[in-house]
Amino acid sequence: MKGKIIKVSGPTVHTDLQGLKLYERVLVKGITGEAVRLLKNGAVIQVYEETSGLGIGDEVESLGQPLSVKLGPGMLSAMYDGLQRPLTTIAEESGAFIKRTEKTAYDVMKTKSEIIFYPIKKKGDTVKPGEIMGHAKENDYSFEIRNNSKNTSKITEISEKIIKENEPIAVLENGFSIMPHETLPVRTPRPVVEKLPAKEPLITGQRIVDFLFPLVKGGAAIIPGGFGTGKTILEQTIAKYADVDIVVYAGCGERGNEMAQLIEEFMSLKDPRTGESLMKRTVLVVNTSNMPVAAREASIYTAVTIAEYYRDNGLDVLLLADSISRWAEALREISTSLEEMPGEEGYPTYLASRLSAFLERAGAVKTASGKKGSLSMIISVSPPGGDFTEPVTQTLLRNTGVFLMLDTSLAHRRHFPAINWFHSYSLYSKIISEKFISEISPKWPVLKQRCVEILQREESLLEVAEIVGKAGMQENDKILLQSAERIRNEFLAQNAYSEDALCRPHKTIEIIEKILNDYDLKIKEAAVLQ
Amino acid sequence: MRLSRHTYKTISSIAGQLIFVENVFSAKIGEMVKIIGPLEQKLDAEVLEIDGNIVLLQVFGNTHGLDIKNTRVIFSDSVLEVPLSKDMLGRIFTGSFYPRDLLPMFRGEKKMPISGFPINPAARARPSEFIETGLSAIDGMNTLVKGQKLPIFSCAGLPSREVAAFILEHARLSQSDKKFAVIFAALGVTYDEYSFYMDILNKLETEYMAVINLAEEPVIERLLAPRVALTAAEYLAFTEKMDVLTIITDMTNYCDALREVSTAREELPGRRGYPGYMYSDLAFLYERAGRIQNQEGSVTLLPILTMPEDDITHPIPDLTGYITEGQIVLSRQMHDTGVFPPIDVLPSLSRLMQKGIGEGRTRADHRNISNRLYRHYAEGRDLRKLEAIVGKEGMSKEDQNLLNFADAFEKEFINQQDKRRSIDETLDLSDALLQRFKLA
Repeated sequence: MKGKIIKVSGPTVHTDLQGLKLYERVLVKGITGEAVRLLKNGAVIQVYEETSGLGIGDEVESLGQPLSVKLGPGMLSAMYDGLQRPLTTIAEESGAFIKRTEKTAYDVMKTKSEIIFYPIKKKGDTVKPGEIMGHAKENDYSFEIRNNSKNTSKITEISEKIIKENEPIAVLENGFSIMPHETLPVRTPRPVVEKLPAKEPLITGQRIVDFLFPLVKGGAAIIPGGFGTGKTILEQTIAKYADVDIVVYAGCGERGNEMAQLIEEFMSLKDPRTGESLMKRTVLVVNTSNMPVAAREASIYTAVTIAEYYRDNGLDVLLLADSISRWAEALREISTSLEEMPGEEGYPTYLASRLSAFLERAGAVKTASGKKGSLSMIISVSPPGGDFTEPVTQTLLRNTGVFLMLDTSLAHRRHFPAINWFHSYSLYSKIISEKFISEISPKWPVLKQRCVEILQREESLLEVAEIVGKAGMQENDKILLQSAERIRNEFLAQNAYSEDALCRPHKTIEIIEKILNDYDLKIKEAAVLQ
Repeated sequence: MRLSRHTYKTISSIAGQLIFVENVFSAKIGEMVKIIGPLEQKLDAEVLEIDGNIVLLQVFGNTHGLDIKNTRVIFSDSVLEVPLSKDMLGRIFTGSFYPRDLLPMFRGEKKMPISGFPINPAARARPSEFIETGLSAIDGMNTLVKGQKLPIFSCAGLPSREVAAFILEHARLSQSDKKFAVIFAALGVTYDEYSFYMDILNKLETEYMAVINLAEEPVIERLLAPRVALTAAEYLAFTEKMDVLTIITDMTNYCDALREVSTAREELPGRRGYPGYMYSDLAFLYERAGRIQNQEGSVTLLPILTMPEDDITHPIPDLTGYITEGQIVLSRQMHDTGVFPPIDVLPSLSRLMQKGIGEGRTRADHRNISNRLYRHYAEGRDLRKLEAIVGKEGMSKEDQNLLNFADAFEKEFINQQDKRRSIDETLDLSDALLQRFKLA
């Protein structure tokens, strides 16, 4: 179906093309767009690139399917933009700058590294829709390839082979070719057999997180903080050391140089669990702040759909999004250009429902083949002016289980990660404390309780100190202040650029136990002296 | 493609910088348009919006004296592009890239649209090469690297231009005496400020190019000037393989111009009346700094902005801080005690510092020294509050020592007036300071 442009305004285009479906993908003079509003005599198209150069009468073509991604073996260590275009390929083909291109079809899978298909069915077998045809191996992970036709049929061709994009791995009697990759719309969650309650701890290697505000596999956490509080560094450190199988990192409207840094580090660093390059367990979806705004809006959906694919292959996946505020701003920009009624702070009123629907895509699941998989999310938030009362932070607080509040004053004194220990919380603490007790240390809850008490006591003592001066305080209180300082400097603070960047739970317990024992000892000594 | 340029006299309305033209046969978004007023005055404009045969134009320049009846509009069929060549160096231009120095326009080697193209994140090289600015507060504590974008957050009345001038004069790449090519963009500055900078620029040993929009000149050119400057910077960096240092002052004027133009377009205002897309708009500028893999040349960007009411949470510094790789914050308190540069290192930050320092870049002990300085200075600053209540005598020996250290740190380390310090001098000084106060 083809039509014409009748109006262009900012990133939106009006067309006289009729018969489109809502959120159907269209090409506007070769540029990708989505039909965001249907009108009596046409539609409004959200265009994913700069509209400069477009004019009345330019062609609009419908593609008959919604915005989709291609999923399958070959995505690991790839770097995509918000619409799953392979940025490395684009750089090789058209240079360092991303120019607007009318090329829409790219090979999105990395097929240079050999990924082999191992069939479990053979020629002549009858396969039902959805039945597993075989497996593909990529970087020690095994991926199921299923019969993605709608009918039961006999296999006429199947063999062990190197997977190539757009080449079938098997052919059925009814003429259907089974591709190694499936194409799925990004805005609808991948269907799951059953959602499971999240119960397994997700160990980040960050002491303050694991000890005070633990995460679970299948849970969601937010990291709000003003600029310079270390959101990105914390996200990237967790991306390096979290005990998950796959990391999907969505760089949403952030800095290009930071992405260059991330790639360089991930290439050179080893995955502490496998000893392989970290990049081999990572997929990057990158839409930096200077790339088209509308694609930024789509990027987190692209990322979460990719993450769901891995989850459905029975893997523990961590999706990191940095930063969701930039996504919300993109949503606002699009909403404004559609002249919708604004809600709080100019954001559309559907901000909250979109965000909560997105967050619901996290979770632990039982996959079609009965395996367990999980998708966890850690999302950074950039509240304007560092003010947490703004709508994005507030909506997220209602929909996530862990709140890691980054504190500007901690960051200024270079205490990193600058997580405020009084205002942050984790709703998962109770659920997983048993695991910690049985697997790491029975003392875990007691130590945690004492650690928090000392920090709270320090807070109130410091108020007293402001009036009477530290010199005028009781001996016991002085000891407490010293111990609290040790907790802050030696335990809660953790240098992301040193050996200390990864701290395993046993070590975490060891450090805090030592500080608390020293504290008890000093208190005893002081009592003897008196 | 039209076969001949076409002229219209069908203006239906003019409001500020916006003109509606009717019955336009074919136009393209971003197309350049010439406007010829009743007295044959010539103006440039750009196509902003097209609805059927009605076209909305954004005019660059002063629209005074235009009328509906006699003003002509000529469509050019091309988008706004500027000519580029090494001959730009040594020249001064207006915001819309006309020569300001009364010399003829140079001949371009190539033409580029001023909005530029985003650098593919997969092609970026990570900035890691140390730039020695000669200022201890930056070199030692918030190190600048080649390809970084590091803004200076100033307050009204603080010597931001002197700080910028110091950097212009003294910045060089480590291990070599290689200097930068300088691109200077002034947005809505007073003549006074302009002449101050021109004096500095003329004293430089290296060549520079300036894009100047004075306070009295059209607001819309304030939006063009930084784009022109950065397009030139990218050309010099990535085509001519030069290391370019770009200074843009004052970004606050830029944002105010953006707000003014946005309001004129009747767009929905966001925080403090600034448009909701200001983050993206600023990012399109700031993100043009950087380096490219396997290529020489770099664009390092130092934007200067004035925080309205000294408020760092104001949308302008706030959004800037979210995009740039750190910030250098000037402090009124520091300035009042006579410290130059009056840099408050606590809220200042350089995100790319970690890879720019250490063995082979600056010195092996750099990270350790800077961390210790930060920790003790932050403690000392905290204790000042306590000192105000209980008095110095009521404080412990250690606390008094930290207080003295904080004072000495400001007076001897941050403060250097107009004396340039090499990185070794900066680090030796830090070491001596820490030893004098016996701080680990």
